[in-house]
Amino acid sequence: MIEFKKVSKTFKRNRVLDELELTITPGERIALVGSNGAGKTTMIRCLLGEYTYEGSVAVHGLAPRPNRQQVLGKIGFVPQLPPPLKMPVGQLLDFSSAVCNSEKSRMEEIAGRLGLDVGKMRNQPFVKLSGGQKQKLLISIALGRDSNILIMDEPAANLDPEARQIFFGLLAERLENNTTMLISSHRLDEVSALVNRVIELDRGKVVLDDRVADDVSLTGMLACRLTLRRPEESIAKALTGWNFRDNGSGLEWQGSVAGPDRLRFVGMLSRYVGILTHISLDENGGDQV
Amino acid sequence: MKNLWLTAKLDVVESLRARWFMIYTLVFGGIVAMLFAFGLTESRVLGFIGLSRLLVTYIQLCMAILPIFVLISTVRSVAGDREAGVFEYLLSLPVSLSAWFWGKLLGRYIVVFLPVFLAMLGASLWSLVQDIEVPWNMFLYYTGLLAAMAWCFLGIAMLLSTLARSTDVAQGAAFVVWLAMLLFLDLILLGVMIQGHAAPEVAVMIALANPLQVFRTAALMLFDPQLIVLGPAAYVIMDTMGATGFMIYGLVYPFVIGTLCATAGYFMFRRGDLP
Repeated sequence: MIEFKKVSKTFKRNRVLDELELTITPGERIALVGSNGAGKTTMIRCLLGEYTYEGSVAVHGLAPRPNRQQVLGKIGFVPQLPPPLKMPVGQLLDFSSAVCNSEKSRMEEIAGRLGLDVGKMRNQPFVKLSGGQKQKLLISIALGRDSNILIMDEPAANLDPEARQIFFGLLAERLENNTTMLISSHRLDEVSALVNRVIELDRGKVVLDDRVADDVSLTGMLACRLTLRRPEESIAKALTGWNFRDNGSGLEWQGSVAGPDRLRFVGMLSRYVGILTHISLDENGGDQV
Repeated sequence: MKNLWLTAKLDVVESLRARWFMIYTLVFGGIVAMLFAFGLTESRVLGFIGLSRLLVTYIQLCMAILPIFVLISTVRSVAGDREAGVFEYLLSLPVSLSAWFWGKLLGRYIVVFLPVFLAMLGASLWSLVQDIEVPWNMFLYYTGLLAAMAWCFLGIAMLLSTLARSTDVAQGAAFVVWLAMLLFLDLILLGVMIQGHAAPEVAVMIALANPLQVFRTAALMLFDPQLIVLGPAAYVIMDTMGATGFMIYGLVYPFVIGTLCATAGYFMFRRGDLP
């Protein structure tokens, strides 16, 4: 259980959180949305005990700041911007697993599933990895440790479709443990299919708190077929990025889309709506992860 | 305790990869190499010859370089890490704030002190090989002085990093602190005495509150036990503390200042916003 009671945070004269009231029960998967400056990151930092604030925040009855180790021991966190750590990947994994009292092999195994060869990059400085590799490694650390709360700030933003599909599968495994998830994004379509509750912040207050249909399977796949009016290089490039194949003419395309990624996929297609003549998404036709 | 050592190790590994550390190590290693290369062990000044002369020169150069190097590199790195979001991520892991702060300080102390010490040790070992007599008492005392001085400026740097919210402000503050100490070595002090007709004791007390001056005077003490080069100020120091007393003061005072500043920094760090 996470509780925010009349939480306010002011930076100089700028009130970023304004008597925020929120209760999150175990097992909820929450999309935290809002425009830039709405207070999402500040709220997360208060929850992580990184900011001081007025009011009270409690995680399973404990305030995060004075009980850092107990509270943070239960929270896996993926930041929006990977930190510019100069330490090698191996050192980061050693440090994270040691302070979290978790097994490094679990983090490495998850990194492997996301397509990272930790063995090869062990001595490489974290800061030198690509954006996607950094994100995968931070996800591996957050998911590879014992935690019952996951806080993720735009976690899938830098991932390719294949890695996103695996990531959704990893999150699905956490559902069995009744893990609470708080996924922050400034775009609802990025995270809508992952969650069962949407909270929108604006100027530090909750302006929308909505339960959403929870029917999308995190591991489900949709078989997709597309027909184009004419071959077009830009859409061909975009579809290849989603691992789609064409029939040779560049007009007929088929592939699979991860269930939680459907809105994102349709969003991508909307850019080419003028040359689309047929789209089908079949929930029963895709492979299960 | 485990997390303290883990944090210290993390900082050591980060520093070993940083450019500032490479330059830092090259500067101190280079100084010793240059002093040997220019035959300083064979020059005779104030009756000193051999490694003693080299150590005296080395400690004076350390006094000029070490404080500003420690101050700037530490505030840059700590405030820079905070600005870049390193704190946001690493402090989301279950590490206590005390383990984090003191672990970082310990790690940094190791990387700041070791190159300075190893350069001096290397010089002494090379002297043994070259059959030059090594003044071990001087070596030990200078090691203590360097250790105390590194701790002192590291503590001040950690306090400044905690107080300043940006790298620029932290760097500016570090430079001002260093400059103030430098000016209080002689220039301002002379001005105070002349303009304000201050009692010599007051001027000497102000000087002895300045860690840089303490370091300089304590370094002089080994080859000038009566502090003749200081002039009348030597009488006040000798009457108040005596030679041995001042040598002990030279080790203890910077260490106390460093510890007080670091402790103040820790309480402020714990009280405020972390990232």
